[in-house]
Amino acid sequence: MTAASPEALAERAVPLPKHLFKLYVTGQTPRSERAIANLRRICRDALGSDYELVIIDVLEHPHLAEQDRVMVTPTLVKQVPPPPRRVLGDLSDTERVLAELHVEPAAAPGPAREEP
Amino acid sequence: MSDRANDNGIVRLPIGIPGFDLIAQGGLPRGRTTLVAGTAGSAKTVFAAQFLAEGIASDDEHGVFVTFEESPGDIRGNMLGFNWDITQWEAEGKWAFVDASPQPEDEAVVTGEYDLGALMARLEYAVRTVSARRVVLDSLGAVFARLGESPIVRRELFRIVSALKKLGVTAVMTAERTHEYGEISRHTVEEFVADNVVILRNVLEDEKRRRTIEILKFRGTAHQKGEFPFTILPGVGITILPLSAMELTQRSSDIRITSGSPELDEMCGGGFFRDSIILVSGATGTGKTLMVTQFMAGGFAADERCLLFAFEESREQLFRNGQGWGIDFQGMEHDDKLRVVCEYPEVAGLEDHLVRMKAIIEEFRPNRVAVDSLSALERVSTIKGFREFVIGLTSFMKDQEMAGLFTSTTPTLMGGESVTEAHISSITDSIILLRYVEMFGEMRRGVTVLKMRGSKHDKDIREFMIDGSGMHIAKPFRNVVGILSGRPTHVGLGEVDRISDLFAQGTSPEG
Repeated sequence: MTAASPEALAERAVPLPKHLFKLYVTGQTPRSERAIANLRRICRDALGSDYELVIIDVLEHPHLAEQDRVMVTPTLVKQVPPPPRRVLGDLSDTERVLAELHVEPAAAPGPAREEP
Repeated sequence: MSDRANDNGIVRLPIGIPGFDLIAQGGLPRGRTTLVAGTAGSAKTVFAAQFLAEGIASDDEHGVFVTFEESPGDIRGNMLGFNWDITQWEAEGKWAFVDASPQPEDEAVVTGEYDLGALMARLEYAVRTVSARRVVLDSLGAVFARLGESPIVRRELFRIVSALKKLGVTAVMTAERTHEYGEISRHTVEEFVADNVVILRNVLEDEKRRRTIEILKFRGTAHQKGEFPFTILPGVGITILPLSAMELTQRSSDIRITSGSPELDEMCGGGFFRDSIILVSGATGTGKTLMVTQFMAGGFAADERCLLFAFEESREQLFRNGQGWGIDFQGMEHDDKLRVVCEYPEVAGLEDHLVRMKAIIEEFRPNRVAVDSLSALERVSTIKGFREFVIGLTSFMKDQEMAGLFTSTTPTLMGGESVTEAHISSITDSIILLRYVEMFGEMRRGVTVLKMRGSKHDKDIREFMIDGSGMHIAKPFRNVVGILSGRPTHVGLGEVDRISDLFAQGTSPEG
């Protein structure tokens, strides 16, 4: 996976990856850290490496939150593939996250699971 | 404690919504959040938008509008009717939206703990960007609808209110109510912003809609109690009619003006007072419109400016009537000494009529005003609303030292009194009754001055005739009793003399 900065994302010229997520968080709070960790785990397990994740701190980039009309943190925005979906909260409920995002598991099995 | 010191030292922010600062005794508590609660259609969003618009228009105080319900596009469009050009203000950096309206893909799928950190960051960003002094959040109900009735939402709203306080902005938050009378708001959000609560109502009363505003509480500061009627006008927005908050400060003049009829002037002890309100009551056809016409002509002859509000007859009819009595309304209007305003009472609610009439009076600056008739206006209102209208109009006119002549139609031909009189007679300074008197198979007309505040007046019931030159008052009906009760009875002249003698003897037998 790659982690692009929010600004780089806006000006990108390279083709989009198969999955593009934006995660809005407020500061470096335990809740933010938990959401980021949960998302990374879910993506790794379900998508292998075929995804791109942009983490946006609303305290640093309030105008991006305004553009995307984000109200709640953490908010996960699935940008690609369409249709766009949003999931609120710290993503602790893995099953709901997967169900809402409608992500197709990677064709090839992902890397060995770290968790039992 | 510092909190206590703050409570005592609350500064008011005059917000500029017409009438509001008067009932709020200065305005909203500055630097605080006020909850504005109301049912659907009670004009919460208009109030909120006007709070920002007045700030920009009159004090150059910039504003941020956080919308949870309508899209900014809808709000921009809806408010154009009030001449609030939000798009222009946005371009000038005076107004900013925080768009939290529902998005199509925005279903509330909650997968764990959350907060409203993004909203708060956007709000603070917007406040800083336009240097806002006023903030609106419209409406809280939509937040609950989206995120559910959860303790998290309450905690987060509380944090937003604290953040607004730290930012030093004066804020208005709107919230839904389910009933006009009952709990303050649907989600009992008032506990977060309980310091200040304003309620907007839109009540159906006798098949008529009546809007009112009530300041329920301003913690630690004074305000007017009770409901005040308001109206929403195109190009203006909310206008509150602070009727019962008005003070009786009018001076009372002892300068007399003519009624337009020398005989009637004499009956009144030398004419009407310059700043008095006169009610003329009578059945249909007794000569009320003639009295109005003469009142206008008398003003014109004395070089006064005259204004006539007619709610029963058209201009053509009034002008033709005037001609029939030798009075040239057209010429008077041509000289810009008279203005005749004809309207159907049904075209607007009474609150709207009042605001329009005040605007015309302020523009034309008349010395005397006639309203023909009040009874026609009474049809379009509730009794309470009607009384408030009359108080509002009379106190406004007295304040400007104008004379007012109002007519009222009694429902029965003989005697009787109208509902109009019952509710406003105490507000008027003079009352003149016009009555039919049936005598020997003939209808004749009688006039009497029932009340003349601050002056002696003729107590007789006099006969009057109407001909091509107007009204002619003659001698009193000496041998008829029961005219006012509508049952005229003739008594022999001998009996009249006998009764007169009884009183002439002076003291009563009991001593």
